[in-house]
Amino acid sequence: MCKEIDARGLSCPEPVLMVTRELDRMSSGILRVQVSNIAARENVTRLAKSKGWQVEDANEGENIILTLRK
Amino acid sequence: MLKGKALVIVAGGMLGLLGVVLVQLGNPPNMGICIACFLRDISGALGLHRAAPVQYLRPEILGLVLGAFGTSLVTKEFRAIGGSNAMTRFILATISMVGMLVFLGCPVRLILRLAGGDLNALLGLAGLATGIAIGTWFLNRGFSLGRAARQNKINGYLFPVLIITLLLLLLFGSSFLFFSKEGPGSMHAPLLISLLAGLVIGIIAQRSHLCMAGGIRDFILSRDTYLLYGFLSMLGIALIGNLVTGSFKVGFTGQPIAHSDGLWNFLGMMLGGWGFVLLGGCPLRQLVAASEGNTDCAVTVLGFLVGAALAHNFGLAASPKGVPLAGQVAVIIGLLLIFATAYFNSKVTAAKLSVEVSSNVQGD
Repeated sequence: MCKEIDARGLSCPEPVLMVTRELDRMSSGILRVQVSNIAARENVTRLAKSKGWQVEDANEGENIILTLRK
Repeated sequence: MLKGKALVIVAGGMLGLLGVVLVQLGNPPNMGICIACFLRDISGALGLHRAAPVQYLRPEILGLVLGAFGTSLVTKEFRAIGGSNAMTRFILATISMVGMLVFLGCPVRLILRLAGGDLNALLGLAGLATGIAIGTWFLNRGFSLGRAARQNKINGYLFPVLIITLLLLLLFGSSFLFFSKEGPGSMHAPLLISLLAGLVIGIIAQRSHLCMAGGIRDFILSRDTYLLYGFLSMLGIALIGNLVTGSFKVGFTGQPIAHSDGLWNFLGMMLGGWGFVLLGGCPLRQLVAASEGNTDCAVTVLGFLVGAALAHNFGLAASPKGVPLAGQVAVIIGLLLIFATAYFNSKVTAAKLSVEVSSNVQGD
């Protein structure tokens, strides 16, 4: 099962809040998060890792796709 | 290359160190670096207000913007974006600036004042934390100013070009700038040293995303301590620096460019902190983001400049003598306005969010 969150264009800490809300509902699985700036990438990555999720990131044009797995 | 916590600790420490060094080189006491005070001085230098003691085109701010702009070009992080309620941000920035000038400093100066032994700043810190907590409460209830969209690159360059223009005016000694003959505005480190210090701050703040409001906010939101380390490291290094240079004098009275009206120190900074959370960052962070192409943050910086002009033109700003009645009334009005902004933008988005999240979160 793969869920997606579009956090493009949102300023901190909104992307983190959206991801927190979703991760709190998921015990495992894959969550794809789209962000559009480096601060959001780092904040979401830090949050996910602190909750025990593995994080991969890839650039897609000027956006960044984070894939969170557990 | 430094990463993670080490980076933000070094960044905070560098800010603390430069804060102390710049005072030794001529900046006003406990004001080696203060984004609010320096924007107010720039507002005065441009003649937007005519408070004679606080007018100077602070090179630290100009250097900071150029440092962050240059770094974002090198790291390819420069992105022209905007369109996330610029007008609301402008108003929030104006209001926050009035709060900061009632306290007499931004969060950076708050830390420098604490590190200099100014206990009045403890009330400012309590107010800042309270304002941030209230702002965070609204974030948790869906407060949002909405998404920024990609813009044509040229729009992102406008703010850095504006700053380069100001730098040229300063370097070539333009005759229509106003410079203080006495008071805090007349106290400054040599121009090139200030500019260089600003450049360094711009580079490290861009790399570390240092934010003096974000530290407390993230800790409240998710116990994330990343930015808080920058805050604490700045306090620690500035404290050591002040002890070494003999500038540490503990107490409430007789502190430089400060007043001892605890209630208004608290409420002024509470107004500021609340505004910073709604704006997505403290004044330092807004300057850095504006330099990276965020035109909403550039509008926010313009809001700070106008807020400073209003604060001095209408006699709202505090002085070492205390907070004028008009300033107290302005803080109360500011708190009401910011409450309305937070409340109405949370309610609307909260209703919209339930639709948006369900369409953004798609199973597959």
